[in-house]
Amino acid sequence: MARVVTGMTSEALLQVTGLGKRFGGFVALEAIELAVRDGERVGLIGPNGSGKSTLVNCMCGTLRHEMGSVRFAGHTLDGRSAHERTRLGLARSFQLPRPFNTLSLAENLRVPLLYTVNARHGQALAPHAIDRRCAELLHIVGLADKATNLPRDLTQIEMRKLELARAMAAAPRLLIADEAMAGLSHNEVDDILALLIRLNEQGVTIILIEHIMRAVMHFSQRLVVLVAGRKIADGDPADVVRDPDVVRAYIGE
Amino acid sequence: MSGTKFVFALLIAAAAVFGAAWLIGNNYVFFAGYVVLQYIALATAWNILGGYTGYVNFGTAAFFALGAYTTVVLHKLTSLPLPLMMPIGGIVSGVVGLGTGYLTLRLRGAFFSIATLALAVVAQTLITNWDFVGGSRGAYIVRPAQAWLFGIDYIQYLFLVMLALVVIVLASARAIERSRLGYGFATIRDDEVAAEASGVPTLRLKLLATTLSGAFMGMAGAPLPYYVTYLDPTSGFSLAYAVNGVAMPLVGGTSSWLGPVIGAILLGTLQQVATVTISSALNLLIVGLMLVGFVIVAPNGILGLLRFRDRRARS
Repeated sequence: MARVVTGMTSEALLQVTGLGKRFGGFVALEAIELAVRDGERVGLIGPNGSGKSTLVNCMCGTLRHEMGSVRFAGHTLDGRSAHERTRLGLARSFQLPRPFNTLSLAENLRVPLLYTVNARHGQALAPHAIDRRCAELLHIVGLADKATNLPRDLTQIEMRKLELARAMAAAPRLLIADEAMAGLSHNEVDDILALLIRLNEQGVTIILIEHIMRAVMHFSQRLVVLVAGRKIADGDPADVVRDPDVVRAYIGE
Repeated sequence: MSGTKFVFALLIAAAAVFGAAWLIGNNYVFFAGYVVLQYIALATAWNILGGYTGYVNFGTAAFFALGAYTTVVLHKLTSLPLPLMMPIGGIVSGVVGLGTGYLTLRLRGAFFSIATLALAVVAQTLITNWDFVGGSRGAYIVRPAQAWLFGIDYIQYLFLVMLALVVIVLASARAIERSRLGYGFATIRDDEVAAEASGVPTLRLKLLATTLSGAFMGMAGAPLPYYVTYLDPTSGFSLAYAVNGVAMPLVGGTSSWLGPVIGAILLGTLQQVATVTISSALNLLIVGLMLVGFVIVAPNGILGLLRFRDRRARS
C-alpha cells in the first residue's frame, strides 16, 4: 500500500514519453522526453521552427502525435480530444491570439467557465459567481474597462492578455503560456511575469514558452531547450544557457 | 425577458396573427399565410445550424421533403392526426441530420455546403425511385373531411398547426441563444480550435445542431402533403426551399432569432404577392436579387443594419 502512495506522489504531473510528430516527410518532433512535476515553473525555449508550439499542440490535443505518449495527472491523454484535456486541467494560450470574435471579452471568459469549470464534478458555479469570476479575471489582466467590447476593439497586446485570461478561466492545474509576452513593453512583461508567478504560488504548474530571455530566466526554475524537433538541454536555467550545444544552436558555430 | 415570458408573448402574438387572419375572413389569407409561416419555421431551423454554428446548409429541401414524405407514408399506413405525424417527420429528418453531420462535419466551409447539396440530390433520387410514395409520378393525398380537434376549415387548421410549430421553433431558437449551448455554438462559428481548448465539445455540439436543425425542417415539411394535396419529388425537393432557407436568415440577419423571422416575412410575403400579381416564375429571381443586394450592402442583414444605425446614433 505504501508503495502505491509513494508511486503516486513521485509521478510527474505531466509526463511526455518518446513523443514524435511528422508533417509528411518533415520530422517536427522526435523522441521528446519531458517530465513536469506538480507546482513547477518550466521555461521552454528554442529557435523559431524548433517545434515548441507543435509540442504544445500535441500535448493539448490540437494536433495528434504519431509516436510516444502523453500522461497528465494520472490519465493517458493519447487519443483524447482537446476539450477533454482542458477539462482534466491542461489549459493553454495560443501563440497567435484566437479570440471568439463575435463574443464580448466577458463572454470570451465565460466560455471556459461554462464548459470547463462547470463541467467538472462538484465545481459548478452559480450564474452570479460566473459573472464575478469573469470580471475578476478581466481585472487581473487589466482589461476590466473593456468587458463589453468585442475582441476587434483590442490591440494585439490586449489580445494576448485576453488569451491568457481565457486559459486561466479554465482553472487549470497546468497552464501552458505560448509566447504570452511577445510585443509587450518592459513593464507589461513584468506585470505578466508577476501574475504568472502568483498563479504558480497558488498551486498552478506553468510551462512558459518565450523568446524574451530576461523573462524566461527570471521565471523558470528549470529550462528546456528544443532545437529542430529534438530536446537538446533540460536543467537548471543558469547551466542550460551556458551549455555549448545551446549556445551553438542560438549563435551558430 | 425571461424564457416563460417570451413564450407567453409568442403565444399572444400567434393568437393575434390567427385572429387577424380570421377577421379578414378570406381563406386566401390562410393559404398565403401558411407559406410565410412555413418559411419562418424553415429559416429559423436553418439558422440554428447556419447562423449559430456557421455551417451553411444547402440541403434544406432534403430535410423538408423527408418530413413531407414521412407524412405521405404515415398517411398511407395509418390514420394518425397531423400533429402526431409532425414529430415523426421531425425524428426522421433529425436522424438524417445526425447522420449527415457525422459524415460531413469534418469538412469545413464550402466543402460542408457542397456535401449537403449532394445529400439533397441523393435523397431526391431515392424518393423518385420509391414506388410506395408515388415515385416520380407523385402522390395524391386526400385531406380528411374534418380537421382533427376543431370544426374549422382544413386550411385554417393547417395554418394553426404551422403557427404552433413556429411558436415552438422560435422559443427553442431563443432558448438556445441565451444558454450555455448558445455560447458553445458561437465559439464553433468563431474558432473551433480555440473552442476545444476552452473545453467546448465541438463535435457533439455540431451534431446536436445538425440534428435539431434537420428535425425542425422535417416538422415544417410534414404538413405539406395536406397543403398541396399532390406531392411529387420535383415540388417537394424544390430549389425554392434550399434558396429561401439560406436567403431568409441572411437577409434578416443570422445573429439572433429575430433575423430569420424578419427575412421570412419579408421575402415570403414578397414572393406571395409576386406570385399573384406578376408570375410564379419570378419568385426565385426576387430572392436572388435581394440576396445579392444584401450581401453587398448589408452583409449582416436587416438586424445588422439596425444595430449599425443604433451604434452610430449613440456615438
